[in-house]
Amino acid sequence: MTNSVEGRIPDSIKGYEEIRNYLEPFEKGPTGRKAGPLLKQVKPGENKVLENIEEAIIKSGLKDGMTISFHHHFRNGDYVTNMVMNKIAEMGFKNISIAPSSLTTVHEVLLTHVESGVITNIYTSGVRGKLAEAISNGIMENPVVIRSHGGRGRAIEAGEIKIDIAFLGVPSSDEYGNASGRGSKTICGSLGYARVDAEYADTVVLVTDDLVAYPNFPASISQTKVDYVVKVDSIGDVKGIASGATRYTKNPKELLIAQNACKVIVNSGYFKNGFSFQTGSGGSSLAVTRFLKEEMKSKGVKAAFALGGITKPMVELHEEGFIDNLFDTQTFDIDSCQSIIRNPNHHEIDACMYANPHNKGCIANKLDVVILSALEIDTDFNVNVITGSDGVIRGASGGHSDTAAASSLSIIVAPLVRGRIPTVVDRVNTVITPGETVDVLVTERGIAINPRRTDLIERLKDKGLPITTVEELSNMAKDIVGKPKTIQYTDKIVAVVEYRDGSIIDVIRQVK
Amino acid sequence: MKMKIVKTGMSGTMESSDINIVIEKGHEAGIKIHLQSSVEKQFGAQIKSVILETLGEMKVNDVVVRAVDRGALDCTIRARVQSAVMRAVKKENDMDWGIL
Repeated sequence: MTNSVEGRIPDSIKGYEEIRNYLEPFEKGPTGRKAGPLLKQVKPGENKVLENIEEAIIKSGLKDGMTISFHHHFRNGDYVTNMVMNKIAEMGFKNISIAPSSLTTVHEVLLTHVESGVITNIYTSGVRGKLAEAISNGIMENPVVIRSHGGRGRAIEAGEIKIDIAFLGVPSSDEYGNASGRGSKTICGSLGYARVDAEYADTVVLVTDDLVAYPNFPASISQTKVDYVVKVDSIGDVKGIASGATRYTKNPKELLIAQNACKVIVNSGYFKNGFSFQTGSGGSSLAVTRFLKEEMKSKGVKAAFALGGITKPMVELHEEGFIDNLFDTQTFDIDSCQSIIRNPNHHEIDACMYANPHNKGCIANKLDVVILSALEIDTDFNVNVITGSDGVIRGASGGHSDTAAASSLSIIVAPLVRGRIPTVVDRVNTVITPGETVDVLVTERGIAINPRRTDLIERLKDKGLPITTVEELSNMAKDIVGKPKTIQYTDKIVAVVEYRDGSIIDVIRQVK
Repeated sequence: MKMKIVKTGMSGTMESSDINIVIEKGHEAGIKIHLQSSVEKQFGAQIKSVILETLGEMKVNDVVVRAVDRGALDCTIRARVQSAVMRAVKKENDMDWGIL
């Protein structure tokens, strides 16, 4: 059988005994039992609070070759990952595998630890900045493994990522390890990714700058999971953790895309009372929520839930009664962080509840509509959100492939070209989300519906929408920018892209 | 008309989707292009060929071109090269539209 990613995966990859190729979205199922952490006991009177990171590293029994994890709820404001890695390097450890839920630009300083052999494996959703460039230029011996948010949760539950020690920054914790995303110094909202690590790591170390009186409830991470608590001066930069007020885009191109995406939703057949949706945090994505609100108002339609990636526009709709529930794995801005404290139906969910394909049903399975972005999308509707048009890693897999596969309607919103870089291309550099899970592409120059969705083609015709084909959009892009030269790669594989079910959907090679 | 370079001519900005072009008199024969581009890998050769072509049409020779590109389209590159040349030959207020 041929699929949309045919011919991308080599016969052998360093570090893989056998390669399970991606075939189709739900072909590979789970086997066996869940992995579990070590059984442990903390007796009455015992103390979990340690002096500093160094003591935590010693007590946790870190050894060369172990796997440690972090979360990215502090986004570009995170101090914890770098703080812990600097200490580990200083103490002379080598050959450490790191399994952060993702890495942002603030983590590019980890490059020094890769260069010195402290870090030899990276499992993550994304990488950015100088570290990403160095990886694309072949600095690491072992390929980085890129997983989606749901895929990471699955891999941890399946024991494919075995976390020896999780170092989890938390805005507040009591001395027994009840931790929360609200603290007196910092506030990060949901701790949805960190909760999976706390559940499955053999040793859990919480790092906080707000040690509060027992009991710190309600808690996102509970005391029964936590070995140690360390108080530090600061876990992160407030400004980087949660961006300020989200401003609506004024970019006419983005507004046009958003307006068209909204029309697609309204006419798709999924827009009815009790529907559900997810949008990203990009300009067009946020604007879709705004246009959708007007439609919901005028047609008297309410949403049962919104999922994500929660942002201010969703919070507004929730508080105005247009969305009953918000399910939140990651809270993007300060208003949303306050909402999760204030609003009882703004629920924190962990990454497995969000999008793990191998459990008894994640929330993404119940999702009607998802709006997603793309760095590139090709004429097979494959989407790339990880490598730039120069072939260099610069993004993250995120929940892209998870929600595209699990939802009933996945819509990609993207400009036809960005500067001289075409977004709609004949073949994407890297496949994160396979074309068979992508339903509609909305650009400012037209809308393309995946030919597999004959039902949608039927429902969206004669609705005054600028419907065209993806081939036509690709040609339009070429007419504007010319034909880019194909990127030259060496044979060395610098990253392996796992699909959410653990099969391999693509590899990223070293750029020449 | 003879296109004699009398001073350094500059045109364009460092904004996204623009290209900044500086044209100087060359000390050697021929055209030398120093290009920096955010899309070098994909479009470097194309940008150079548009610059060369534009200079050729204007019969400009023996110059050094310094170009800093931020993803400009071909039409933008052509326009920026033309105005940089007109400034370098001090004809920007006395355009000979026939040669453009």
